[in-house]
Parts: sequence; structure tokens; C-alpha cells
Amino acid sequence: MTTDQNNMQVSLPQRSIRIENLFKEYVPGKPILKDISFEVQGKSSVAIIGASGTGKSTLIRCVNKLIPPTAGNVFISGENITKLQGSELREARRKIGMVFQEFNLVERLSVMENVLCGRLGYLTPWRAWLRKYPQTDIDQAYELLESMGLYDFARQRADSLSGGQRQRVGIARAVMQDPHVLLADEPTSSLDPKTSVEIMELLVALSEAHDIPLVINIHDVELAKRFTSRIVGLSNGGIVFDGPPSELTEEHLKTIYGGASWLQ
Amino acid sequence: MSEIKVNTWERFTFGERMARFIVFFGFALALSISLRTVEVIPEFLLDAPTQVADLLARMWPLDYAYYPQGIHHALMETLHVATLGTLLGVLMAVPVGIMGANNIVRVPALHWLAKLILVSSRSVNSLVWALLFVAVFGPGPLAGTIAIGFRSVGFVGKLLAEALEETNPGPVEALTAAGAPWLSVFVKSYWPQVAPAFWGIFLFRWDINVRESAVIGLVGAGGIGMVLDTALNLFYWDRVSVVLLSIFVVVIVAELLVTNIRKRII
Repeated sequence: MTTDQNNMQVSLPQRSIRIENLFKEYVPGKPILKDISFEVQGKSSVAIIGASGTGKSTLIRCVNKLIPPTAGNVFISGENITKLQGSELREARRKIGMVFQEFNLVERLSVMENVLCGRLGYLTPWRAWLRKYPQTDIDQAYELLESMGLYDFARQRADSLSGGQRQRVGIARAVMQDPHVLLADEPTSSLDPKTSVEIMELLVALSEAHDIPLVINIHDVELAKRFTSRIVGLSNGGIVFDGPPSELTEEHLKTIYGGASWLQ
Repeated sequence: MSEIKVNTWERFTFGERMARFIVFFGFALALSISLRTVEVIPEFLLDAPTQVADLLARMWPLDYAYYPQGIHHALMETLHVATLGTLLGVLMAVPVGIMGANNIVRVPALHWLAKLILVSSRSVNSLVWALLFVAVFGPGPLAGTIAIGFRSVGFVGKLLAEALEETNPGPVEALTAAGAPWLSVFVKSYWPQVAPAFWGIFLFRWDINVRESAVIGLVGAGGIGMVLDTALNLFYWDRVSVVLLSIFVVVIVAELLVTNIRKRII
């Protein structure tokens, strides 16, 4: 087990996410997350693996305070966001792109408008209501959709798309935020194996192209090993493994998921 | 040691049978008590078919000539009362509905206030609202419009609050995570999800209000009800039948219209 405490480059302008001694208790005295610390910088990606109910989703939601952490700090490119409230928190959230298991698109809106929703943090509600999106945003959205092969779907309703296409729209929406970090909460769990690989490829490619650190919650250990350069294993709310995929042994997997019978 | 196990099965346990018996007995008792309270007079009951036949005979032939001179104007007034009243009700209901949805407003005090407004609006019948507003504004369509509006608040607000509570929290979470201000989150994730329900409720309430505004004229709140009241009081049964027929036609047309529009928006 290695923890990244040796990084002294917090002040660098590089995009990064640093989690320091994060705790979360829903019920006092029963922590879901215990002393989580790790850092991801630049174009690197990290997969968080762990059994259902170990707090992977809670962890990722503590980053943007969708769920407020009980203790600890989260720094996005050096800015501590755990103490922020109101409009400061909203402005900080713009820097955190998020991709969801169930895509979380607004089904009845067009693909284009779903992508543009990524810019809502930069727009007044009035302009959002009147759909007065800046031309630069529209251009960027078309560019993203084109790169994902969804250009022709721009005017279709989001609920007419397949799962893989919807997840691409979800990713495009997150990228529209111009994020300093991309969080993905089980982005492939609702998808078939082939589409899952395509979505992972897309996420990693975007992270590398834009220098955005990527944090992915994922069930699928093989996918995690194949696409990310680092794996963090959670068990009972604590980090039990942190290292490159090559160092992840069966022993670690037994600790993370418990039992051995499911390993061949 | 081995005892023969007989698998018996009955739909109800003994306790359940007794409970059902008590419920049935209670129903029978309540029925007999209420029959005594309504005081059915056998002579009048037996006489009813003759009376109905007589009434129908007086209603026939319909006095169509009266429609352009006395009914048309009142009918239009009724439609205006229904439409303006619905608009007024919906305008008031939207903020109350939002306040009443417990996934949007998490302040218990506001929540209870919303519930109170919704319940008091619904607990009073349109006719009673109309009586109140006739007393305030004097007889006429203004009182009717406001009565219809106040009665609609509870209906529209409650259904809107329920629709809002049933929305998928996923898109809301996504837009919140993107740093969108609350109003933008509402406009872009709650609203698109409830829009079909909202327009459906709007049309349905308008449909109900067309019928209700035809009645509230009986207490002086304008519209065709006032014409009906006058005709009834003066025993112009042939006019009464024309009024009833025109209400019937309007209700059918409203129904057809609403069903068709609903199909298109959902």
C-alpha cells in the first residue's frame, strides 16, 4: 500500500484533485469513509474499485459536496472546496465534471441542449430559460458531438438514443464545463461490454487530450486495469490498495471484495 | 413421533373472517340508519315517473329561438369565466405547488403552509367560493372568475406538487454538479420533466371549470347558470332544456378538445 504524500506540487497550475483525510459519517460514530487521501494530477487517471456499499459513490459525491463530507479537505487545482458555500461552491463545481451510471440526461430535452446544460454554471437562469447560449458554447458543443459521432443526433430528444450514445452525451456535457477534474460514477455499469470499452476509451482519451485528471468508480476490475494507470481499492470505507494495476494481486482483491470463491 | 401433517388452506384466518363480518355488519347498519334519515315518502317516490314525464313534456319542444337572444351571451361569459378562472388558479398554484413538493422545498414551515393553502382551497366547493365572492364583489362574472380560480389552486397545486415529487432526481443531481444556479436547475431539469403533466393538469382543470362555471351562476356568479336560474324560477321549462342542451354541447366539445390536445403534448 502506497499513499501519495510525497507530492509537493500543489501550487503548480496543473489541473489536479487532492483529497486529504476525508471522513464521511451518515450516522455519528459509523463512518462510511475513513481517512481517504489521494491525489491525481494532469492527464493521469485513477480507478476506484470496491464492493457495493463501500462508499465509492459517497466518496465521489463528497468531492463536489453533493454529499457534504464530515471531515477532511478536497482541493481542486489547489483550491479547497470543502469550506465553500452558495455561489462560491457553485463556481467551484463548474470545475468538476461528473459522469453518471444512469447518464442523468434530461430525457425530454434535445441532445444539443443536454450538452449545453454543462454550461449552466456559467449562464444566468434568465439566459438558460430563454435558451440564449453563447455562440462559442454552441460551436464547442457541435465540435464535441462531432468528435463523438453524434453530430446528426443534435436535434433528437435524449430519450431516443441508445445507452452508449446517452453516456457520450453525458460525457460531452461534463467536458463542456471545462473541468479541472472528471469524476465518473460507474460510467459503464449500465452498458454492454463492447460499449463499456468504448466509453472507457473515450474518457481516457478526453482526459489525456485536455490534461484533465480522471477519477472513475468502477466494478469491473479488468476494465480498470486495462484503462487506468492507477488503482485505488476501497474496503470498509478505507483505502486498502493504491498503486499501478500491475501490483494489484489476488490477495488484494480478496481484501477488497472479501472471500476467494469468485476468483477462479 | 411422526404425526400426519394435513395441509389445509383457507383464504381467510378466523380473525380475518370475524373482521370481515364486523365490517359487513357495520355497512348494513349504516345503510339502514341513513335510509331512515333521508325520510323517503312513498307517495312521492311512486309519483316520480309521472312527474318526470310531465317535466319532459313541459321541456319539449325546445325554445331554440331563445338561444341567440338570451343564452349565447351567457354561454360565452361562462367560457370566459372558466378560462380566466383557470389561468388565475394556475398562476396562484405554481408557486404553492413548488412550495408543497418536499423534494424541492425542504423547509417544513413552508411545506405546511403550502399544504394548508392547498387543502383549504379544495375543502370549499366552487359554489361556496362563489357565494363568498358574490358577497365581496357583488353578483357577476368577476366573482365567478375568482371563485373558479380559488377552487382551482388546490387541485392544480396538489397535482403539480405530486408531479414534481415524482421527478427523477438524476438530472437534478447532474445539473447541480455542473454548478448551475437553483433557478436554472429548476428550469432545465424539474420543468422539462413535469411539463407534460402540467399541461395535462391545466387542460383537465379547464375542462372541469367549464362545467363548474355553468353551475356557479345559480348563486349569482355570472354566466349561463344565472340564465338557468331565471328560467327555472319562471317555469320556462322549454328554455331550461335549451340551457341544459347548450351546457351539454359545450362540455362535450371541451372534452373532445382536451383529449385531442393532451394526445399531442404528451
